[in-house]
Amino acid sequence: MATEQKKEAWNSRLGVILAVAGSAVGLGNFLRFPGQAVKYGGEDGGGAFMIAYFISLVLIGIPICWAEWAMGRFGGSKGYNSSPGILNLIIKHPAGKYIGILGVIIPVIIYMYYVYIEAWCLGYAVNFLRGGLDLGADPDKYGEFWGGFIGIKENGSAIGFGLGQVGGYLILVFALNFFLIYRGISQGIEWFCRYAMPTLLVLAIIILVRVLTLGAPIPDKPDQNVINGLGFMWNPGALMSNLANPELWLAAAGQIFFSLSVGFGVIITYASYLAKDDDVVLSGLTATSANEFCEVGLGGMITVPAAFVFLGSAGVVGMGTFGLGFNVLPLVFSQMPAGQFFGFIFFFLLFLAAVTSSLSMLQPGIAFLEEGLGINRKQSVGLLGLITAMGCLFVVFFSKDIKALDTMDFWVGTFLIFVLATIQIIVFGWVVGIERGWQLAHQGAELRIPDFFKVVIKFICPLFLLLIFACWVATNVFGFNFSTGEFKLSGYVLDLVGSEEQPANNVARASVALILIVAAFIAALIAQAGKRWARLEQAKEGES
Amino acid sequence: MNAGGWIIMLVSVGGVTALFLTCLYKVLAGGGKKTEHMHGLDIDTHDVGED
Repeated sequence: MATEQKKEAWNSRLGVILAVAGSAVGLGNFLRFPGQAVKYGGEDGGGAFMIAYFISLVLIGIPICWAEWAMGRFGGSKGYNSSPGILNLIIKHPAGKYIGILGVIIPVIIYMYYVYIEAWCLGYAVNFLRGGLDLGADPDKYGEFWGGFIGIKENGSAIGFGLGQVGGYLILVFALNFFLIYRGISQGIEWFCRYAMPTLLVLAIIILVRVLTLGAPIPDKPDQNVINGLGFMWNPGALMSNLANPELWLAAAGQIFFSLSVGFGVIITYASYLAKDDDVVLSGLTATSANEFCEVGLGGMITVPAAFVFLGSAGVVGMGTFGLGFNVLPLVFSQMPAGQFFGFIFFFLLFLAAVTSSLSMLQPGIAFLEEGLGINRKQSVGLLGLITAMGCLFVVFFSKDIKALDTMDFWVGTFLIFVLATIQIIVFGWVVGIERGWQLAHQGAELRIPDFFKVVIKFICPLFLLLIFACWVATNVFGFNFSTGEFKLSGYVLDLVGSEEQPANNVARASVALILIVAAFIAALIAQAGKRWARLEQAKEGES
Repeated sequence: MNAGGWIIMLVSVGGVTALFLTCLYKVLAGGGKKTEHMHGLDIDTHDVGED
């Protein structure tokens, strides 16, 4: 029954800001963002992408952040820390807690493969330090190392414990995450982020200075210099025609969306541990701006210019996040003076960014298990550890073509995030109500949100999100081509349903089955939690 | 790098840096205060005092 207990809470305002910023800052800031800017800006430069990016930041990113912070703090003030609990409280309908299930499933599933990527970062840092990535100037060698390291050729081949295999690093990072999460909000997450985030910033600035002072490192290619590398990243190119491309807007909005960790179920849980008169407007904006500084101010100045000066535009265009991070950049670092040191620094920086993100993925699950089932932290950490370890083992075992990772990232790390963010902004603008929501957001706030954001949050943001979501489903699920107007089912769907040309992929199917099993398990727990919450509410009413 | 590139880069990087530093200053000027926690419904997770 309800008791007056000392609850977990953040130690300071700066601590929660660093934790939320740490959740948002990850591989996407240093790898995905510059890759997207260059991809959609074309060979003329990514300047047009930036315009769409900043418009999306104002219309989607910042409003959803504020909504999550405000709803999370409100839920926390009533004793709830998980999305099911908070949405159950706000929606006041039995379905509310089931809508909140996404706020548990998303971070738990993403953790299962994100911790694997985190282990790659640590492994690369260690291998740079010991000279294991000094592979010369042949790009294929770096592809072979990466493929061998993560077991891309054969299922089961990633499970090895040498310095050039991912297994040992995975156990280390898994244990580190659960050690920190077991220590709790203030002594685990906040303590780690207080050191990791400033360290990350310092390391990024060291790398930035190194990159900006590279000049033209290849004597017979003077055009491959830092200034032209920056131009490749920032030049507007054919601005109006680029801005007329709907795929650029989709990519820019998607980047904002994934970069800020909105729709993950993380911010709402973190904010629930705030004090009643903490300034969520300023805290939300500070965490967002910290992420933007890392992404635009550091990530946008490092990755593309560094790759350009050694490899030219051909070495950058068309590279995905993993290709850029684990094939191109190791080659780049190996070519630059003191590259062994700077390679270590860069991958250690990615590792720190990844840990602060993965920690945030565990807390929503822990919060739900504690408050939903009434179990203590030791038990909830143990249960979540078991679930995520099984899922992680699945991802690591089915490493061929990183199919399991890719499938789970598509359906959960992309598709469901759109769904949850859309639900959250609609709940804030229409269920809580914009005027009540405004009051909740401004409780204890020194900073005022400009009034035009009322219209943005209530109308523009949901419509923009629904439009983007519809376009995303059309292109990424049904394979709609904006240029030709043709539909062709995407590979992710064909993996599940198969076709005459492409049989269904059993690993992809098993990955979706795993997601559904986890969802069913959490739904069953939510049903139990709902009964418990109802009993607690009745007891509380009886007391008053 | 052309003039448009310089403008977009300086405005983008300068803008996010200025916003970040302004927000950080406001937070730090507020003292990183720790304030009273309010709970209408406190749920017992049985782990208080386990530290």
